[in-house]
Amino acid sequence: MKRLGSCLTLAAAASILCLGASLPASAAWEPTRPVELIVPAGTGGGADQMARTIQGIITKHSLMKQPLVVINKSGGAGGEGFLDVKSANNNPHKIIITLSNLFTTPLATGIPFNWKDLTPVAMLALDEFVLWVNADKPYKTVKDYIDAVKAAPAGTIKMGGTGSKQEDQIITVAVEKAIGSKFTYIPYKGGGEVAVQLVGQHVDSTVNNPIEAVAQWRGGKVRPLCVFDSKPMAYDEQVADGKGWKDIPTCKSQGLDIEYVMLRGIFMGPKATKDQIDYYVELFKKVRATPEWQDLMKSGAFNTTFMTGGEYASWVGTEEKRHETLMKEAGFLAQGN
Amino acid sequence: MEEIANLFQGFAVALQPFNIAVMVLGIVLGVIIGVLPGLGGANGVAILLPLTFSMPPTSAIIMLSCIYWGALFGGAITSILFNIPGEPWSVATTFDGYPMAQQGKAAESLTAAFTSSFVGALFAVIMITLVAPLVAGFALRFGPAEKFAVYFLAFCSFVGLSKEPPFKTIAAMMIGFALAAVGLDSITGQLRLTFGSTELLNGFDFLIAVIGLFGLGEIFLTMEEGLRFQGGKAKIDLRVVLRTWMSLPQYWMTSLRSCIIGCWMGVTPAGATPASFMSYGIAKRVSKNGHNFGKGEIEGVIAPETAAHAAGTAALLPMLSLGVPGSPTAAVLLGGLLIWGLQPGPMLFVEQKEFVWGLIASMYLGNLVGLIIVLTCVPIFAAILRVPFSIIAPLILVLCAIGAYSVHNSTFDVVMMLVFGIIGYALKKCNYPLAPLVLAIVLGDKAEEAFRQSLLGSQGSLGIFFSNTLVSSIMILGLIALFWSVIQNGFTRLRTRAAAA
Repeated sequence: MKRLGSCLTLAAAASILCLGASLPASAAWEPTRPVELIVPAGTGGGADQMARTIQGIITKHSLMKQPLVVINKSGGAGGEGFLDVKSANNNPHKIIITLSNLFTTPLATGIPFNWKDLTPVAMLALDEFVLWVNADKPYKTVKDYIDAVKAAPAGTIKMGGTGSKQEDQIITVAVEKAIGSKFTYIPYKGGGEVAVQLVGQHVDSTVNNPIEAVAQWRGGKVRPLCVFDSKPMAYDEQVADGKGWKDIPTCKSQGLDIEYVMLRGIFMGPKATKDQIDYYVELFKKVRATPEWQDLMKSGAFNTTFMTGGEYASWVGTEEKRHETLMKEAGFLAQGN
Repeated sequence: MEEIANLFQGFAVALQPFNIAVMVLGIVLGVIIGVLPGLGGANGVAILLPLTFSMPPTSAIIMLSCIYWGALFGGAITSILFNIPGEPWSVATTFDGYPMAQQGKAAESLTAAFTSSFVGALFAVIMITLVAPLVAGFALRFGPAEKFAVYFLAFCSFVGLSKEPPFKTIAAMMIGFALAAVGLDSITGQLRLTFGSTELLNGFDFLIAVIGLFGLGEIFLTMEEGLRFQGGKAKIDLRVVLRTWMSLPQYWMTSLRSCIIGCWMGVTPAGATPASFMSYGIAKRVSKNGHNFGKGEIEGVIAPETAAHAAGTAALLPMLSLGVPGSPTAAVLLGGLLIWGLQPGPMLFVEQKEFVWGLIASMYLGNLVGLIIVLTCVPIFAAILRVPFSIIAPLILVLCAIGAYSVHNSTFDVVMMLVFGIIGYALKKCNYPLAPLVLAIVLGDKAEEAFRQSLLGSQGSLGIFFSNTLVSSIMILGLIALFWSVIQNGFTRLRTRAAAA
């Protein structure tokens, strides 16, 4: 009996020791298995590039003990990815990087999903939209362009964009409304393809993100007219024709009163605890501090606003309302919504 | 001859020991990726992309492009041995490659496939080296109408190939179109034919359908026929490689034609899949052995493999010079370039000479290294067929299931694969051809998208398909291919009438 007793004491002592050792770890949650980063879009697109850069940064700087795995779930305009994370109740090892389809996909397709089904973690950056025309076209300013659109018969000017009833088409409809004329909107699969269609003059203008069209701008094939943000982009380094991103005026200052930026942010599944959210917020703060991340921001002329917590959630809430209004006006809502 | 000087500098870069090591590693990984059905080149490259972030960009792109070459080589292996195409462009290889394996000629078939792949790639790289600036601009002329014309040509050069009654061919093709229509309609942004099911959001992935229809369907048939693989009896050693090589030069016409088709499709960029189908279709029409296609004719392996590899290689040209990826794998490579801070586009060839020419040089070397690696392994691959069917069949089934699962990490896809397997078995029993069905799944939605984009642009007028010389000539070629047998009949009749008169 005595021996058993001493064994028990030993075991108790050992377990206390163990507990003591594991205390700091339990205070701050950490992933215990590989973390999946879901991309609700195809390989090669903007969100995918960002996700894979994050993966590279985390691996290179050893920011996480567990590996981060990027998984594309692009079905149904990203609906597949959102539903996957929505169903990941109590699974803190699954996070998702979103774009505007966070709002547009459920509104346009009617899939059973709303951003409130997820837990907001952090806004990483905002992606800008720029109005581009072919460099061989005579329009040098927004005014030239608007005049040309108005002069042409309705529907003969072609606007190319990524996807249908998504951000590019929403901006197109907003432009139509602002200038009181009609475009023919032609949806393509990816932003790079859109930029090339503009160079080949198969469309007349686009609202590509900077990173999608910058190569063609530097090659002298396309010309930026204005940026759909409240203030010019922050990067003054020269890109092409002696101009930098900063020299592109805002559309508002050119008489086209439209503002639109696209969220690049991180969400996790429902029922995430505060510890878990804090872990990822800290992780992404570290990611944002690396030179690789800053290079990506510069090459894509991103707006580097960072938000977390309540501020982020209320920003997303406002954006959702805005998308609902914009899409309702454009007649893009799915039946039954 | 500035290009040649640049190329030699490129060889100096590619021949650094570290880069050669990376090249061999990439090829081996690529072959493994290509062999596993479902994993595919694009997924494989995407998974391995982050590994390369700590390397210099030139080494990184060499490794990734070598994974791509390896996957192109590897895709042929399972197509020939088990009738399971690992990649969309390997489907056409199964038509004659698998019958050859069944007749005990697996080694010949593999050798022909690998060698043709190499020839196709070499032709495309030489084209990239010499005429890159000229050809790069060509892709710009391809709007939606031109793209549709190319798909139209691919369909037309394939229709009427099968010996089954035309009604069955059309029925199979229509099933394929219907399956391709499921999922998100990219023109309106609405869901189609999903019946509220979230599993169907993604539509039917080509790979799932093919693994089921071809792979499982074949296993079911073999089971019924008494659990026997025919291929085991053949003697296999490395001499078979040399013997096959001796017989290859007589097919130079087929090779050259396939190279040209492949380069053209890669640059436009319509991709390797239509290239392989088109090349197979045309070879069948033109070759004097045409009647033997589908029964194990070596030319039927050479044509699609040459074209697919030429297209896969040529697809890198529009990616580098325009930033338009010619294939899904090229799209992932493109993402990689951006992450390394290299901006593909018209300026890349001017600003990043060392990188571009290092990559081009590595295409020559990578394909050569790849050819040597896969050829030395031919006896090993072919020996797999000697394993008794009762052992190999469960292994293939497991491999298929893993492959189907890994496409989207979804168990639903594994069930889908089984269903497709049963459909494949039933269709084969009723003598419905599977090839038109698969062609329609692969190219159906792309053709539809291009067609509707064109009509949006032209405000509904079909005249857009004949609005310039480029698009009209492709459309007319397509129409000629479609009505070829009718035209041929007409000619023969005219000739006999002339002779009678």
